[in-house]
Amino acid sequence: MTVKTSRRQFLQLGGGALGASMLPFSMTLPAMAAGKDTLVTVMGQTINSLDLHRTGTNRPSYQIAVNCYDRLVSFGTRTTPDGGLSYDYSTIVPELAESWSFSDDGLELTFKLKPDAVFQDGSPVTAEDVKWSFDRAVSAGGFPTVQMKAGALTRPDQFVVVDEKTFLVKLDFPSKLTLPDLAVPVPFILNSKIAKEHATADDPWAMEYVHKNTIGSGAFKVVRWNPGEQVVYERNDKWTGGPLPAVKRVILREVPSPATRRALIERGDVNLSFNIPNKDAKELESKEGVSVFSTPIENAIQCVGLNTTFEPFQDPDVRKAVAYAIPYEQIFQTAAYGRGAPMWGGKAEIDSIEWPRKSPYFTDLDKAREHLEKSAFAKGFEVPFSIDLGQSDWMEPTALLIQENLAKLGIASEIDKIPGANWRTASLVEKRLPLHLENFGGWLNYPCYYFFWAYKKGHLFNSSNYENAEIEQLVDETLHLDVDDPDYAPKVMRMFEIAFEDLPRIPLWQPALNVATNGATDYEYWFHRQLDIRSLKSA
Amino acid sequence: MPVRLKTVLMRIAQAVPVVIGVVVISFVLTRALPGDPAVYFAGAAADEASIAEIREALGLDKPLPQQFVLYVGDLLQGDLGQSISSGQPVATDLANRLPASLELTLTALLLSCLIAVPLGVLAATRPGSPVDHLCRVLVTAGVSLPTFFTGIVLIYVFYYLLGIAPSPLGRLDFSTLDPDHVTGFYLIDAAIAGDGETWMAALRQLILPAVTLSLFTMAPIARMTRAAMLGALSSDFIRTAKAAGLSRGKVLYGYAFRNALLPVVTTLGMVFSFTLGANVLVEKVFAWPGIGSYAVEALVVSDYAAVQGFVLAMALLFVALNLVIDLTYTLIDPRIGFDQK
Repeated sequence: MTVKTSRRQFLQLGGGALGASMLPFSMTLPAMAAGKDTLVTVMGQTINSLDLHRTGTNRPSYQIAVNCYDRLVSFGTRTTPDGGLSYDYSTIVPELAESWSFSDDGLELTFKLKPDAVFQDGSPVTAEDVKWSFDRAVSAGGFPTVQMKAGALTRPDQFVVVDEKTFLVKLDFPSKLTLPDLAVPVPFILNSKIAKEHATADDPWAMEYVHKNTIGSGAFKVVRWNPGEQVVYERNDKWTGGPLPAVKRVILREVPSPATRRALIERGDVNLSFNIPNKDAKELESKEGVSVFSTPIENAIQCVGLNTTFEPFQDPDVRKAVAYAIPYEQIFQTAAYGRGAPMWGGKAEIDSIEWPRKSPYFTDLDKAREHLEKSAFAKGFEVPFSIDLGQSDWMEPTALLIQENLAKLGIASEIDKIPGANWRTASLVEKRLPLHLENFGGWLNYPCYYFFWAYKKGHLFNSSNYENAEIEQLVDETLHLDVDDPDYAPKVMRMFEIAFEDLPRIPLWQPALNVATNGATDYEYWFHRQLDIRSLKSA
Repeated sequence: MPVRLKTVLMRIAQAVPVVIGVVVISFVLTRALPGDPAVYFAGAAADEASIAEIREALGLDKPLPQQFVLYVGDLLQGDLGQSISSGQPVATDLANRLPASLELTLTALLLSCLIAVPLGVLAATRPGSPVDHLCRVLVTAGVSLPTFFTGIVLIYVFYYLLGIAPSPLGRLDFSTLDPDHVTGFYLIDAAIAGDGETWMAALRQLILPAVTLSLFTMAPIARMTRAAMLGALSSDFIRTAKAAGLSRGKVLYGYAFRNALLPVVTTLGMVFSFTLGANVLVEKVFAWPGIGSYAVEALVVSDYAAVQGFVLAMALLFVALNLVIDLTYTLIDPRIGFDQK
């Protein structure tokens, strides 16, 4: 079942203003002639649902929530040092909410909705819709509910409709994460009237309907969705969430082969290729007409995980020996083609809460040997080195280079490639991989949030089974604490100190998200690593 | 004719145990796949509770025999289940994707037959001649170049360098809409709708991937044609026919070729089913929304329903194909009659 408009309807979309420029839809004209109204983009992954809250919705589908729905608030935009655009974590801007205020004790957060905000069917956005959508997000289970919890939003009774345009969130405790968590893709606002019409006793949240239809107030709506093939976005001219997008229509095609995507962008037949391999990013940079944007992904680090439940890695000297044995620069050049930011060779002294930060380790085999000799494994040992087949583009070269250097210390490691479906179970759920590669990036850009997921006992991304009483306490104390609080910085710096001393995960580099454009401008990087088409312009 | 009809029905009835076997084996094998779909589909930041919820929602918390009973019950109602990776019912996915693959594969096979069969015949009638050598070179090249490589080279030359091929964006360029769904074969659907523009657009998109595939499938067909022709030409009845003074054309095409067709049709059937499953790489390179790439993606993420649906569809297709091939035999060779069994 696909979202379908009949051929005639489709050709009429956009109405009279388009007039003659509808000609591009006769197939003889190439994309570049499609005019400034339409952009063609390609990506390698498939969109499997239009509803982020649905079970099994994959990550690439989150872009629908971003482009077709509004949240109460959003992040601002800033210019990056290389001239590109990025979202700005430090400013929160209105999207559906006109204004918001915390009560003095920080336990009540009141939103005033924009008076002229309307859904795509023309009906006004009310506090009732917001409540219904938030109830849905905390009740759907799975990822949306977990993400809501990060902002201390767990139960429907926390959300109150004050009047038609006023919405109140009651918190159990004040948290700096609540407001930014409302700007992530999850708490998007649906048209509850339409949704309720399609809800059934078995499906109270209208999952089946929203799966195939976009019923938001966002900048675009999906007019055509052929799973595995394409999504066609059509602008919502009534959008009030931000400046009206410059293009009327964006066609997103799924092209699995990176080589084909590269040929398309080089030829200029598509205007934007999203999430391209590092190698292509490097090589496309010199091509005429093509612009490449490589943005280091905030709060994300590729690292080596040393599982502390396995005997050799219980010894901190063994962990340090491994850290000094890693050929960082070579890995960065080979596996990442120099894209992203190095995360090694930093200052030993920790003087700021800057994150991600470079670890104080660097390649020094003599130091590595010294540490190994201090341990009970002076002669080395054998350990399997696990990598994910689904991420073999960076994991394989990285693992091979590390394996080579470990062999020089007498540590024999055999590379164990684990298929994608099994990887999460093995590495994150069962946490049974002694030596492995890992990457985690948190949406909420705070070091304490990263530590919460990756360093706390039993938490999902703590694939090293790391446990440290002081870290447990520090994370709990800092997670919801204001960054301006005088307690915050010293505690976070102490966390860094322990992390680099205990070293359950060895940072390698901060990965980059690469995007190539040809005939499109104003691409903006977002923390969710999905394509936000709202800012795009035709060149 | 009633005898033949009865035999056809018998043949179809014989397929029933095969299909039952396929259902059981595909169910057991998918469960034996490594990986836990609940963990995978619970998403990026799922905790244990939400994984358990997903497991329950997918019915994976039930014991295997019960899951099997539920699965068969759904199957009997024509429900192949819901693919989690594509978010669609498996039956819908198959209905959308199977025609795409079939259209591509059949076009490729037609193309390779048009070239390989005459080439094989020529090579057999003139062994050791330049035509024979050409046949050998083409066959060797076709089979030794992997399809994804041929595909990328063709894209590079005809799309990237020369700019005469359309953008390799699947079944239709982004500026053309798919024709109303009747058969799922765009060429047929566009013809039914009388839409010449869409028909041409679909054909243009089809050329490069079909050529890529046909290069690959040409080899077994050409080799088999050559071998079968050589065998037929050296047999007694041909010698007799020649001795009786029949014309060269009559001997070649009336007797030798007709006899040589049997193994060729057999090969064709095998090549067809093999290609349908194996064209996944071509589908990836040309962004072709076919069934091969669908099955591989489903396999990677342990998407049970999709994998089972694919296996079942392929099994049914293969049963049907065998039936068609057997019936074709009787048309080619009157000695093979069902009524004699």
